[in-house]
Amino acid sequence: MSNIKPRVKVPSTAKPGEAIVIKTLISHPMESGQRKGKDGKPIPRKIINKFVATYNGEEVFSADLLPAIAANPYIEFSLKLNESGTLKFVWTDDDGSTFDLENKIKVA
Amino acid sequence: MKKFIALCAAGLMALGSGAANAGEDSELVMNGVQYITKLKAPAGSPFDEVISGWRFRNNETQTLQTDDFANPAMIMAQYGEDLWNKAEGDAGKSCADCHGDASKSMKGLRATMPKWHEGKKTLMALEHHINWSREEHMKAKPWKWESPEMLGMTAYIGLQSRGMPVNVKTDGPVAEWYEKGKKLYYTRVGQLDMACAHCHENNTGNMIRADHLSQGQINGFPTYRLKWQGVGSIHRRFKGCMDNIRATPYKRGSEEFTALEVYLASRGNGLSVEAPSLRN
Repeated sequence: MSNIKPRVKVPSTAKPGEAIVIKTLISHPMESGQRKGKDGKPIPRKIINKFVATYNGEEVFSADLLPAIAANPYIEFSLKLNESGTLKFVWTDDDGSTFDLENKIKVA
Repeated sequence: MKKFIALCAAGLMALGSGAANAGEDSELVMNGVQYITKLKAPAGSPFDEVISGWRFRNNETQTLQTDDFANPAMIMAQYGEDLWNKAEGDAGKSCADCHGDASKSMKGLRATMPKWHEGKKTLMALEHHINWSREEHMKAKPWKWESPEMLGMTAYIGLQSRGMPVNVKTDGPVAEWYEKGKKLYYTRVGQLDMACAHCHENNTGNMIRADHLSQGQINGFPTYRLKWQGVGSIHRRFKGCMDNIRATPYKRGSEEFTALEVYLASRGNGLSVEAPSLRN
C-alpha cells in the first residue's frame, strides 16, 4: 500500500478565541532506512520529514518528523482564532514532493 | 464473622476495579448510532450473554474506535474504496462497473459472511467471494489472503454493513460446515493441548497474562490490532491463537478455518458488525 494521502479534520466554524482541535493524518509508509529487504539490501529511507500548518499565510504549527516515527503519522494540535481564513497544511516528503490540503474556517 | 465481611469487601473491590479498567459497561456509540455489543444469548449458547470484543478493551482503545478519523483501520477502508473503482485484469473492469455504489450493493453483505456459494457449491468467506469475482468477472489475479489489497477491500465492504446485526445462516448445506467448525472449536490441539473453548468459554473475562480474554467474537473483523500495527483478517487471528497454544495452524482460507469462521460468526448472531474495528 503505497498511495500517500493526507487527510484532516477541521471544524468549519469557530468562536473568536475558542480553542479548536485540528486533527491531521497522512497515510505514508515512513520507511526508516534501517530495515533490509528480502535481498539483504537496505531499504532507502523515505519519510515525511516536515509538517507545516499556516493560517492566512502565517505559520501556526510546524513539526520536524524523524525516522523513528511510525507509519501514517497522526498530528493533533489546537488553535485559537480571531478572524476567518484559510488553514493550509503542507507535508514534505524526503524525495522533495509535497502534499497539501486547505480548509476554510469561519470565525464568528 | 468480622473476618468474613472484610474478605467479602475486598472481593467486591477487586471485581469493581476490574470492570472499570475493562470498560465492560460502556456502550458503543459511533456517529450518533448505538451499536449492539451485548445481548441475551439464545438458547443453546454456551454464554449467558453474547458480548462483543469491544467491551473487553480498555477505555482508550474503545474511544479510538468511536472516532472514524482516529481509527487507523479507516485508512485501509479508504484504500479499499480506491481499489473498488480501479479497473484491473483482462476484462478491464473494476468492482464498481458491475456492483456500482458499494454503499448500496454491499450493504449487509459482511453481516452474512461466510456464505454458501451456489455456483461453486461450497462455503465461502468474504475473501473467497472477492477472489472468485476477481477471477470470474474481472479475469484478474486473485489477491493473497493477507495482502493490503485484500484487507483494504474486506474493510471497505465490511464498512458498508457497519451497525447491522450479524445474521449468519447455518442451515441447509452450511449445517455440515457448522458442525465441522464446532468440532474444531472443542478439539484439543498443540503442545499445550488446548481447545478454543478453554480460553474463550471457560475463562472469558479473565486475564491471560496481560490480555483480557474475550468471547472470541468476530463481528469486528477485519480489525486493526495495535499489536500488529496493522489490519488483519479473521484467519490471521485464528492462526495467532493456534501458534500461541503451539499447534500447527491451518492455512488461511482453508476449509478448516472457514468452517471455524462460520461457527464463530453464528455464535455472534445479533451483535452489530463493527468492521473495521480496533483492538489491542
